[in-house]
Amino acid sequence: MSVAIQWHSLFFLLMALAACGAALAVVLSANVVRMAFWLVVSLGAVAGLFFLAGADLVGTLQLMVYVGGTLVLLVFGVMLTARQPFVDMRTAPTQWLVAALVGASLLAVLWQAALSVDRWAGRGQTLADRQAQAEPTAAPLGLALVGVRVDKPDQADPRLRDGMAGYLLPFEVISVHLVVVLIGAAHLARAKRRPTSPEPPQTPRTPE
Amino acid sequence: MAEYLKTFLPESYAWLAYTAAAAVHVALLFVLAMMIVAVSNWAERKIAGRLQDRLGPTRVGGRFGWLQSVADGLKLLTKEDLVPAGADRFLFRLAPYLCFCASFSVYLALPMASGWVAQPMNVAVFFVLAVAGLEVLGVILAGYASGSKWSLFGGMREAAQVVSYEVPLALCAAIPVMVAGTMDLVEIGNRQAGGFWQWQIFHDPFTFLTFFVFLTCAVASVNRAPFDLAEAESELVAGFMTEYSGFRWSVFFMAEYASMFAVSVLGAILFFGGWNGPLPVASLLGLTCENHPLAGYLGGLLGLCNLLVKGYLGIIFMMWLRWTLPRLRIDQVMTVCLKYCIPLAAAMLLGAMLWCYALPGGLWAAVENFGG
Repeated sequence: MSVAIQWHSLFFLLMALAACGAALAVVLSANVVRMAFWLVVSLGAVAGLFFLAGADLVGTLQLMVYVGGTLVLLVFGVMLTARQPFVDMRTAPTQWLVAALVGASLLAVLWQAALSVDRWAGRGQTLADRQAQAEPTAAPLGLALVGVRVDKPDQADPRLRDGMAGYLLPFEVISVHLVVVLIGAAHLARAKRRPTSPEPPQTPRTPE
Repeated sequence: MAEYLKTFLPESYAWLAYTAAAAVHVALLFVLAMMIVAVSNWAERKIAGRLQDRLGPTRVGGRFGWLQSVADGLKLLTKEDLVPAGADRFLFRLAPYLCFCASFSVYLALPMASGWVAQPMNVAVFFVLAVAGLEVLGVILAGYASGSKWSLFGGMREAAQVVSYEVPLALCAAIPVMVAGTMDLVEIGNRQAGGFWQWQIFHDPFTFLTFFVFLTCAVASVNRAPFDLAEAESELVAGFMTEYSGFRWSVFFMAEYASMFAVSVLGAILFFGGWNGPLPVASLLGLTCENHPLAGYLGGLLGLCNLLVKGYLGIIFMMWLRWTLPRLRIDQVMTVCLKYCIPLAAAMLLGAMLWCYALPGGLWAAVENFGG
């Protein structure tokens, strides 16, 4: 008799527990920086889940964009806006109620959707199918960006063929949009100094 | 390795093979990181001493002070572990370990010789850059949780600096990736086999210039002088580390040296052929897996030595820089990044792109084609 440890399931459970537990901690903690820390843990655990599923590109993106970028920005926001050290946030009971309602209904919808798809539950799949899915994902994703879908080499329906033209243009549009948003946010977040005293006489600047 | 171990074990014990393989990889990488830290600690004292026209450590463990790192380690372990009264205790205690976890996780994807890598990844370069950028979180948390103004200033500076320098660093790393046509570090290294003229730094003038931008950004991203504004011992006491003492303080140092080595190795693989020596000695001696598994192993060992030497040259360069150049001001740091490094890296990317389009085989292939 042997005690076999299912490493895959074990790590899945560990990561999923970490993600859910840290997400709860984000909601329940009162200190903004602790919230940021728990958010890092939660997002990092989700990245671990991606790695576990064999999606190393998506997992790395999760680390880079969400864990790295967003959290650094969040900490920046906290530091630039905090009026006193260790900001505490108290949530009113009515807000708790509304938040719980919204959260619970979203959970119900997602739960129902997740359980209704047969493929996601792993029914009717062989081990070979799963191994075929564990191929590297970076190259197909990159090719799909420029319109080459290796998973669908030929689309029989000509009406759907237009949808396979690649994601490069939407991607660029979104990037430019994000840059605009970023510049706007930087402009809004700049400290606006109200002149309390009449402005000092401007000395003519000597050319440097 | 797990596959190899599985051949010795019955089917139902496959989990044991995975456990053993993981344990061996982690243990090897941990020993490597700790040895890097110990040697760097000694080397930093020695190099600092020599650059300042003094001797550095001379007594502990013989003539050159070889055992200085051990003595330092013992001293740090026996120091009191203080937590300031105004600190956020939980985050304060956790921050050094976060830092070290981030810089140690980079080693997961760094190949040490052809195929000698804990986790082969086809997006290894991207993974290394993403994980190396997470070290900043530990520093920010340390700066914030200390409840001290010096620490907060250090953390803020670190955040501003690392976030800015990630952009040119990623742009510079994209250029050798584009030249090699892959993000797999093992593949990038193997493509530069066969002598120093095959290294990507000599691929075209743009990659040559890119390396120097990469070097600047790498020094900045691991917080070494002249970019050590987060620490800045002469103005901010010790920046984000002001309130730390004893073991937790030394964990920050382990993280710093570990990420210095990681970024040096990344540069060595991207630009300097990785485990391929300046002359193709291993293939001349026939040390490849095709001849004999043992010969392949010896070739791997030679490659490991090559890579360690290159990585260490990077570390020594950073130490030389630290004790030579004065620290930059924070606005100068930002100017260097935004006004010089990013435009330069972008121009290099464009130039390398055009070069790859015009001369796909690189300069040497073009010269050979022209000659023959």
